Amino acid sequence: MYEVNYHRAGSLEEALKLLKDADDGKLISGGQTLIPAMKTRLAAPSDLVDLRHIAELRGISVSGRTVTIGAGTTHAEVASNADIEKICPALCHLANLIGDPHVRHMGTIGGSLANNDPAADYPAAMLAMSATILTNAREIVAEDFFTGLFETALEEDEIITAVRFDAPAKAGYAKFPNPASRYAMTGVFVVQDGGAVRAAVTGAGDDGVFRSAEVEEALAKDFSPAALDGINVPADALMTDIHASAAYRAGLIVAMAKRAVVMANG
Amino acid sequence: MTEVSMSVNGRKTSGAVEDRTLLSHFLRETLGLTGTHVGCDTSQCGACTIHMDGRSVKSCSILAVQADGSEILTIEGLAEGDTLHPVQAAFKEHHGLQCGFCTPGMIMAATDMIRRHPDGLTEATVREELEGNICRCTGYHNIVKAILAAAEAMGDGRARAA
Ligand SMILES: Cc1cc2nc3c(=O)[nH]c(=O)nc-3n(C[C@H](O)[C@H](O)[C@H](O)COP(=O)(O)OP(=O)(O)OC[C@H]3O[C@@H](n4cnc5c(N)ncnc54)[C@H](O)[C@@H]3O)c2cc1C
Ligand code: FES
Ligand code: FES
Repeated sequence: MYEVNYHRAGSLEEALKLLKDADDGKLISGGQTLIPAMKTRLAAPSDLVDLRHIAELRGISVSGRTVTIGAGTTHAEVASNADIEKICPALCHLANLIGDPHVRHMGTIGGSLANNDPAADYPAAMLAMSATILTNAREIVAEDFFTGLFETALEEDEIITAVRFDAPAKAGYAKFPNPASRYAMTGVFVVQDGGAVRAAVTGAGDDGVFRSAEVEEALAKDFSPAALDGINVPADALMTDIHASAAYRAGLIVAMAKRAVVMANG
Repeated sequence: MTEVSMSVNGRKTSGAVEDRTLLSHFLRETLGLTGTHVGCDTSQCGACTIHMDGRSVKSCSILAVQADGSEILTIEGLAEGDTLHPVQAAFKEHHGLQCGFCTPGMIMAATDMIRRHPDGLTEATVREELEGNICRCTGYHNIVKAILAAAEAMGDGRARAA
């Protein structure tokens, strides 16, 4: 790891100032993506601004069906939150599938969303539930937030403060984890709410998380796993890498969507 | 250099570190607590698992400066004098180790796991929970056996797992 200057911010305001004053500063929350990247010198910021001690970024509040999760909330905290479990168990299930217990004790939802790894789990949930990402400056809907591989709508000096969504009537998530890294080789989050059906896919798209029109169309007619039998998900915009071909991932999308629907239907 | 201080195994400690120093490095090189192992560069093996403020974390993926002011528990802090912690005793009894390289991380993961499951553990849960700890020798069976036995043995005494 290259040399770096560490700063611990006590408030959002202080974090913004520290970031502005730094040469090539980077925010750090759980560090579960950034520290490994710095160790391998894939990232080499001049300064780190630690958000982990900012109280206003932490915590979960549930009011009616509206859920607000502070950016600094860990995966373990989301996974074990009783209020979310009551109205949106699929999200707790998803959080519990991220990495391993030790990663979940440090890693945060804000860090995961800002990083927008094409194989990360949370982006699928945010897109499928039409969540809103709150920052120090504005509110961004998930559709506009994820803009490509490791790319988001965030400006250089913008800090995610929280995410907010209304828990849908039904939701489910299934992931086929990469056997080595446990990141999603394909993960599908499905939602049914009123008449609307949404299905977001992570781990498979060439350009990051996306909604599958084919899965949504089939499930809109009949929200059951059988409705997905024999549907054709095109492989053109899917990823091919050492782990799986695009065609294999197209198959995984259908298989994972079926499992997600089973979970959503409870 | 930055001065950091933290409680390690119940004792106040401090030291001067570069900001880029990993917590695993600080524990091993500055404090001489070499029970915490480093087995990979990719944050995947879990040999470096310790507890920070009561939760299991990978000390190779945290900077020492991030841990400033926290409470750290390492494998060296588990036994009470000559009396092994029940998880340590169970690993010994059930042959939960061969070369022993992964063992400190396994045991720190196990004590955290037992703490988080006050109603007891099943074999499936133990295997799932060991996702972040890799062993190259044992084939895991005896590790799982040891953790289940320790959880059982600790019964009401579970508070010790913290
Ligand atoms: C072994 C291992 C396995 C993993 N498996 C999975 C998995 O299965 N699924 C999965 O989804 N993830 C996985 N992860 C990644 C993990 O979920 C990370 O916690 C997450 O991607 C980043 O969160 P963090 O808080 O650690 O962010 P950090 O590493 O601190 O930061 C990541 C990036 O986000 C930026 N950032 C952080 N907080 C904010 C904020 N509030 N506002 C704006 N920018 C911010 C940082 O500048 C940095 O660029 C794994 C990680 C490891 C080490
Ligand atoms: S040394 Fe391998 S996970 Fe920390
Ligand atoms: S006992 Fe050798 S790595 Fe686990």
